[in-house]
Amino acid sequence: MSSVPRFWRSIGSRYNLEGTRCKECGEHFYPPRNFCVNCRRVGHIEPYKFKGTGKIISYTIIHTAAEGFEDQTPYTLAIIQLDEGPRLTSQVIGDPEKIHIGMRVRSVFRKLGEDGEGGMIYYGTKFVPEDA
Amino acid sequence: MRDVAIIGVKNTKFGELWGRSLRDIVVEAGAGALEDAGIGGKEIDSLYVGNMSGGRFIDQEHIGALIADYSGLSKNLHVPATRVEAACASGGLALRQAIMAVASGYNDIVIAAGAEKMTDVESEEASSALAAAADREWEGMTGATFPGIYAMIARLHMHRYGTTSEQLAEVAVKNHKNGSLNPIAQYKNRITVDDVLNSIMVADPLHIFDCSPITDGASALVLAPADIAHKYTDTPIYIRATAQASDTIALHDRRDITTLDATVVAAKRAYSMAKLRPEDIDLVEVHDCFTIAEICAIEDLGFAEKGKGGIVTANGETAIGGRIPVNTSGGLKACGHPVGATGVKQAVEIVTQLRGDAGKRQIEGAEYGMTHNVGGSGATAVVHIFSRER
Repeated sequence: MSSVPRFWRSIGSRYNLEGTRCKECGEHFYPPRNFCVNCRRVGHIEPYKFKGTGKIISYTIIHTAAEGFEDQTPYTLAIIQLDEGPRLTSQVIGDPEKIHIGMRVRSVFRKLGEDGEGGMIYYGTKFVPEDA
Repeated sequence: MRDVAIIGVKNTKFGELWGRSLRDIVVEAGAGALEDAGIGGKEIDSLYVGNMSGGRFIDQEHIGALIADYSGLSKNLHVPATRVEAACASGGLALRQAIMAVASGYNDIVIAAGAEKMTDVESEEASSALAAAADREWEGMTGATFPGIYAMIARLHMHRYGTTSEQLAEVAVKNHKNGSLNPIAQYKNRITVDDVLNSIMVADPLHIFDCSPITDGASALVLAPADIAHKYTDTPIYIRATAQASDTIALHDRRDITTLDATVVAAKRAYSMAKLRPEDIDLVEVHDCFTIAEICAIEDLGFAEKGKGGIVTANGETAIGGRIPVNTSGGLKACGHPVGATGVKQAVEIVTQLRGDAGKRQIEGAEYGMTHNVGGSGATAVVHIFSRER
């Protein structure tokens, strides 16, 4: 990660699942977009806070970690469809044996990673099974 | 628009070329392609080079200028040189830019090259550079790796269509067998389905033998207007279609996780431009960065029904001698995947096949060949169709 401003400027979205919505066509966007892909120039974007519930579309258990995620390995990564419609990529916490396509999940606030010992700690959204 | 022909080709050896620099290998490819075409340097009107990440891999940008300089095209000739970047589709896109330069009439003789030097950095650094082909902020920062992204495609494909790990492994087995027949391939060893299934898990369900390797290599093509191609060679190969399409950068935003719409659309545009159908194509080089990618590619290009790519592969329909040979070069999996070079290497393989020069891996009587080059997890797709007769 290693870029403080890059992480900081999207903290609202990363901490609180804040995205956007187009007033013109009604489509929700997470990650947030400030330009509607359907209406383009005539769209009107407003902020929207997602409920944080959804279901797993697909998933993988990562054994060879991305840089900065080595101490979390193995970890479960999933594409999640929020109930409002948009899909996102996120980690899912819990027993990797029990995860399955279609599983209901809800968002939680967690540590994502850190820039080495004494470096910045990154927080954000992960998902857990809805009944957990 | 003018018809365009390829009059010269050359690949370097693909592999871990620790003793050679980017400039060394790209000059070998470029000079080899010129020699193949029987031309010097003075005729060259422009140069396009595909390179994904010189900045990360060798700490060098301005790759177009570097290549032109060391190819002897700068100091006296001042040939315009342009670097083209679309992640792993950089090479295919460089070819497309070169075709458009000739077809438009702006240029006559144009070089399309591709090169990547990936082993000057540790494999972790290389993996991080490759992950930049995905959405860094909303995929990468959550811990997504490239194998992880394709693993999610594989998982849903298996869930929805019943595709198995064994069928995925068959892609790697076939491509290693083809690679064993290709002198430039990084891996010439044959492997078995068990070898793949017993190799370490990288991102479940993908094992390390489901993944293409990290490779150094360069490839080059010389293009000319079709009307004058016979001045240079007895066996020009003709471009019948060049097509490109885009999709969302992040996999999660796609219409369907198991279909690369950019491939579907680029293929549709290419078939329409060439006035051909999938049944007319004799062989194809597809972008098998992972085994699941080849399964999706043959479906999305129209060579297998959606969901049947695994079965078609396991049945041997994509092997040399099968209904539609796929990746006779060994593909990205066995020939190697120097990301910026790959799209150009695919074209070199098709030209070699259509000329009848492919030796032990020759597809007899091949008239039409196709290449399919993908950037990232499918945000860019480039499809070309080539023919032996004009």
